[in-house]
Amino acid sequence: MIIEQLSVFIENKSGRLYEVMAILGDANINVSALSIADTSDYGIVRLILSDPGEGLKLLKEHDFSVQKTPVICCKVPNTPGGLKKLLTYLTEDNISIEYMYAFSVGDDASIILRTEDCQKAIESLSHHKMELMSASQIYQI
Amino acid sequence: MKYWQEEETYSLEQKRAVQTERLIKTVNRVYENVPFYHEKMKELGIEPGDIKSIDDLSKLPFTNKQDLRDHYPYGLFAVPMEEVVRIHASSGTTGQPTVVGYTKNDIEMWQNMMARCYTAYGLTKKDIIQVAYGYGLFTGGLGAHYGSEYLGATTVPISGGNTKKQIQLLQEFGSTAIACTPSYALYIGESMKNMGIDPRSTNLRVGIFGAEPWTDEMRETIESTFGIEAMNIYGLSEIMGPGVAFDCQHKHGLHINDDHFVPEIINPDTTELMPNGEEGELVFTCITKEALPLLRYRTHDVTKLYTKPCACGRTLTRMGRITGRSDDMLIIRGVNVFPSQIESIILKVAEAAPHYVLIVDRINNLDTLEVWVEAKEGLFTDAIKSLERVEKHITNELFSLLGLHVRVRLVEPRTIERSEGKAKRIIDKRQK
Repeated sequence: MIIEQLSVFIENKSGRLYEVMAILGDANINVSALSIADTSDYGIVRLILSDPGEGLKLLKEHDFSVQKTPVICCKVPNTPGGLKKLLTYLTEDNISIEYMYAFSVGDDASIILRTEDCQKAIESLSHHKMELMSASQIYQI
Repeated sequence: MKYWQEEETYSLEQKRAVQTERLIKTVNRVYENVPFYHEKMKELGIEPGDIKSIDDLSKLPFTNKQDLRDHYPYGLFAVPMEEVVRIHASSGTTGQPTVVGYTKNDIEMWQNMMARCYTAYGLTKKDIIQVAYGYGLFTGGLGAHYGSEYLGATTVPISGGNTKKQIQLLQEFGSTAIACTPSYALYIGESMKNMGIDPRSTNLRVGIFGAEPWTDEMRETIESTFGIEAMNIYGLSEIMGPGVAFDCQHKHGLHINDDHFVPEIINPDTTELMPNGEEGELVFTCITKEALPLLRYRTHDVTKLYTKPCACGRTLTRMGRITGRSDDMLIIRGVNVFPSQIESIILKVAEAAPHYVLIVDRINNLDTLEVWVEAKEGLFTDAIKSLERVEKHITNELFSLLGLHVRVRLVEPRTIERSEGKAKRIIDKRQK
């Protein structure tokens, strides 16, 4: 249930995100989810790709600092309080979140989570009957 | 009083006689008391007896900064430690400072040299001198302080920084002179204007500026900002500290106290003497110092010498402005910085050999140093907080080594320009 996310270091300069997208788009790699963490000088672009292995190779070839980071994706209902349930379980099991981002399509919302210990988070959420998504499921959204 | 000591106006013959006598004495002393020089002279096949006049100076071995480090801390001292009354030091690569020592007589000589400078600047015991150089291991503060007291002036030991207090004392203590780096003087001037204070409204009439290279344009700006005479002072701790050379009121080159520190100009590549009047690396031999009489110390400062007596009447050899360095040392707000120092810290933190570049600039009249480090593998992680930790770690390590706040920036790989496979390490945007 572990999903390979790519994290790319980019400076806060116009055109940098474009370049990342151009490299991936030209190689026919689809971006299923994306989030940017930024500081005043630089940011980290986090990407869920249809082909993370190829994406990693291509971005490295273009001299980007990029690394694979394991994350998990959990499905919650796209209703008020949907995310609250998930966070309740993680809090009870004492699992802290490093960062997360989310998107909703139709009745569902997908939450991508980065925790210190992915395996522990997977166990906790499975135990509470939460629906975890596999890599191939996300790539098809 | 026009001169502090009559030695400043010795005829060339008188001076040569004094230099010869002092050099011979010094060479004998270091040959006997400093194993390093004993060995060096043996290697060159010379003995003290071969040094018969000041013209034989060029037969002697050179001393490099590295030699001081190799004999850290006291290995080049020519007197027993019980004779040493003062230690100063400058920051060094990988945290090992360059240590210098002084006997009682050395301190006496130093304050005499400083009094010569002050006198040439038109200062007397009636003046109030605000010493805004840093006090401590750095020679600037205490050097200027002892000289000021020796002159008989009222000395205000405020040390560096704390700009508001500097301005308050300038206004309320009636300081007539201030000793600091020229860039700090400009910063004080800007701060006064921002506070709505006219920098020309104080009693200040002389500035004693040194510890970093500065231009004639900066001199003009400082003089018109404060309505003062901006005087240059030159020195380096290995030779003594401030007071090795000084401006007179004609401002036509710095007068070297060459009855104590004999200058030579060499070709930095071949180490051969340059013809008279040509530019090259400045080398000093200390001929009166007791604790640390360095022979032919290579300053790596590039300049030229004038032997013609100055219109002020002094016959001391003059040196031009420092036009550059024959090594890669940077001077940032008076602090000597070697790129290798910064590299060693980046290596320590990054556990790899990332490309980096040093960006030196002057913003609001203050030198700034930025270090750009490529965020490559080993340095880059997915979490902002760990990237910030890396930046902070490097910043803190550099602060504890140099005492300078250095801005550290992570940049994308390959953004730092490579030339012929080698990275350009320094971009100095300051006006020369």
